[in-house]
Amino acid sequence: MSATALETSRPVAAKRQVIDCDIHPAMTSWTEVHPYLELRWIEHLQTYGSHLRHAFSEALTHPRMSPDAARVDAYPEEGGPPGSSLDLMRRQHLNPNGIEHGILIPLRWNPGSQRNLDFGVALTRAMNSWQAERWVGQESRLKGSILVAQEDAVGSVDEIEARAGDPRFVQILILPRTDEPLGRRRYWPIFEAAERNNLPIAIHVGGTNGHPSTGGGWPSYYMEEHHAVAESMQAIVVSLIFEGVFERFPRLRFVIMEGGLGWIPSLCARMDRNWERMRGEVPHVRRRPSEYLRESIWFTTQPMEEPERPGQLLELMDRIGWDRLLFSTDYPHWDFDDPRYAFRAPLTGAQKDQLLFGNAQRFYGFP
Amino acid sequence: MDDTDRPAPLSRFAGGVDCDLHPAVPGMDVLLPYLDDYWREMVAVRALDRLNLSLTSYPKGAPITCRLDWRLADGSWPGASLEAMRRHVLDRYRPGFGILNPLYGGTLMHSEDMAAALCRATNEWIRDAWLNQDFRLRASIVIPAHNTVLAVEEIERCAGDPRFIQILMLVSGEVTLGRRHLWPIYAAAERLGLPVGIHAGSSYRSAPTSVGWPSYFVEDYISQSAAFEQQLQSLIAEGVFAKFPGLRVVMIESGLTWLSGYIWRADKTWKGVRAEVPWVTRLPSAILRDHVRFTVQPVDDPDAAKGIGRLVEHLGSDELFLFSTDYPHWQYEGDDALPPDLSEALLRKIVHDNPLATYPRLLKPATAAAEMPA
Amino acid sequence: MARHVVATVEEIPPGARKRVEVEGRGIAVFNIGGAYFAIADRCPHEGASLCDGRLTALVEASEPGHYALSRRGELVRCPWHGWEFDIRTGRSWCDPKRLKVRSYEISVEAGGAVASELRAETFPVSVEARFVVVEA
Repeated sequence: MSATALETSRPVAAKRQVIDCDIHPAMTSWTEVHPYLELRWIEHLQTYGSHLRHAFSEALTHPRMSPDAARVDAYPEEGGPPGSSLDLMRRQHLNPNGIEHGILIPLRWNPGSQRNLDFGVALTRAMNSWQAERWVGQESRLKGSILVAQEDAVGSVDEIEARAGDPRFVQILILPRTDEPLGRRRYWPIFEAAERNNLPIAIHVGGTNGHPSTGGGWPSYYMEEHHAVAESMQAIVVSLIFEGVFERFPRLRFVIMEGGLGWIPSLCARMDRNWERMRGEVPHVRRRPSEYLRESIWFTTQPMEEPERPGQLLELMDRIGWDRLLFSTDYPHWDFDDPRYAFRAPLTGAQKDQLLFGNAQRFYGFP
Repeated sequence: MDDTDRPAPLSRFAGGVDCDLHPAVPGMDVLLPYLDDYWREMVAVRALDRLNLSLTSYPKGAPITCRLDWRLADGSWPGASLEAMRRHVLDRYRPGFGILNPLYGGTLMHSEDMAAALCRATNEWIRDAWLNQDFRLRASIVIPAHNTVLAVEEIERCAGDPRFIQILMLVSGEVTLGRRHLWPIYAAAERLGLPVGIHAGSSYRSAPTSVGWPSYFVEDYISQSAAFEQQLQSLIAEGVFAKFPGLRVVMIESGLTWLSGYIWRADKTWKGVRAEVPWVTRLPSAILRDHVRFTVQPVDDPDAAKGIGRLVEHLGSDELFLFSTDYPHWQYEGDDALPPDLSEALLRKIVHDNPLATYPRLLKPATAAAEMPA
Repeated sequence: MARHVVATVEEIPPGARKRVEVEGRGIAVFNIGGAYFAIADRCPHEGASLCDGRLTALVEASEPGHYALSRRGELVRCPWHGWEFDIRTGRSWCDPKRLKVRSYEISVEAGGAVASELRAETFPVSVEARFVVVEA
């Protein structure tokens, strides 16, 4: 890394087309959800609040190192948290970074982690309407994600069916900290609805389920909590494969978002190795686990791995498969990746096009 | 898994150190002579000796727990026979030393006193039934890690015998391993020249993954590598190596190849959040190189030699890896305890140099063994 | 290396910062308690504007659980990934040997001394005013 590498700014990707698969829209104030909630739930929210398996209903027990987990330069002049201003999002991100399509990942209110399932479902309905009206209805480059309260599979299916006809919604969104590993059968009605409607399922970092964030207990520091995200994603992948989800739903597609990439080859080898030894326990897993991953699971790129040597990054991508990777920025969050500088290795123009645009275009079926 | 035809010579392990052998406690009855009056009484009253303390992490019959050709004819616990261990490993590979890591369920009892009594008895039994029977053997000290006062007492009690060369903990206990309340264990380890060995396995005090309880054993076993990764992050973030600069940690049966992803993610994260943990003054990968070692069974890569080579390159060191058979767990076929196509230089490091540098007590004459206090 | 008048003293009071353009390069000028510092305004990691970053103290520890603050406001945290840079030297805290942003000589000079360098359309030529001058 040289001191002067970035002293002069690169032109924006020479007008390279970009699809950003991870943009976080925020609410100007917490009450912005009210117009989309029934009175009963507004009162519930005001009286009992968000009821989670967590010490605080509106704060994290591992506070981030940046306020709102956001870029410090992403606060709108008119007030409100980063991500709440469409105008700033256009000026700061969509326009200068050449974003042709931006996929929204709303994280507010944590509907999938609500212990009160009816409230969770009501929140997903409200958040989805909010996305449609406040974002994708205002800006055609943005696409919505159908939030579901996955612990209520029936309620989730209703919401999927209600939105599936709206082409502005391009996927279903579930946060990985589910009550049980996501492959377990209680979640299968969601998968069935997803497959039926040809909607991929995005798994984006987040949620809270009461389980310690590591297999060996609760960590003390955000430095550990941030790392543990990659382990949650691994557990989800293992569960989906070993429960036989892809045997039962062969056309179902998942995209793992913001979970890192470095672990993928190692996990594939570990799954295959132990499947070979213990496949007697899981006869429904008929093929090598890595084959299901290779066929049915995609990954977004941010936060991009930054090995010491560029060749190590290229080798990692070779091993994962260049066609599996969908570019994402995580705007406006602090660990944002810039499309010009995220890949710290000499990529060919074709490789850049594939990562920044082509793979996501095919994955979501964009024209 | 190797497609090579040439059998690697057994001599390449000779005189080295096998850093992971599992002797099994065949039943609580063997421990009775080492329990005090109270616990012997309780064994009788509560029929504790009839409890099946088979670890959920290693079901007796599961393929991972014992290679098919290493199972004992009489159906007893895999690893329960010293004679079989000699036949399968010690006399066959002729290592200079073999390190015993007993994975006995007694350490996991919720009663801290019961766990301590069973740990003490296990260590005593290991000394009599194994260390005293074969001069090549060395052992890890099992401890009740959930009570650091009792754990340190047990460490200090055993440490007088130079054949106890390491302290053993499971990767998933009650709390993340860097937490300060465990530090008396690390202080004792540093003071007494004992590396802390962290072995695969869970106390199941909480779900083995952050997304809850998987359905299948194979998922649990796969999830162990993630548990190792997080414990490494815990040890570094909490500043265990800043506080105890002489401490060595050995990660045993971790799967190994997760390390590449670990250092990339951990190094990157540290640059942005280091003010949260200002005692972490170097890249996690640099701290790891100075303090943490890894046994090389299993190697999660379809081409183990290539996998190890890649790790040497990514981590920038060939001093991190220690030879192990993981006997009797099923990790490799035939005699390929290490892949046949490792370079001579790397083989020498893994089999000989690295273990001797990791375990200073291996160089102490065992004949100087002090009697363990009663 | 040439001298560039980039601001009047009043434009960057203590605690303030300003991004200036000098021959196509962005430079972040900081005023810390009356002292001026200038560093390149691009984080060498992914190009964020350091001018948007928070100024922070140096946090160090003699051992775990100990936190010592010094040099308050003399490090800038990149507004994106939080990498810390010393605004006196431009060096990164995490990797000072290999990673730095360029730092520039900066001075405050009286209008009379810099009058010939002032562009009238940018700064009213005034011998009484005092100006911030960057050598870049």
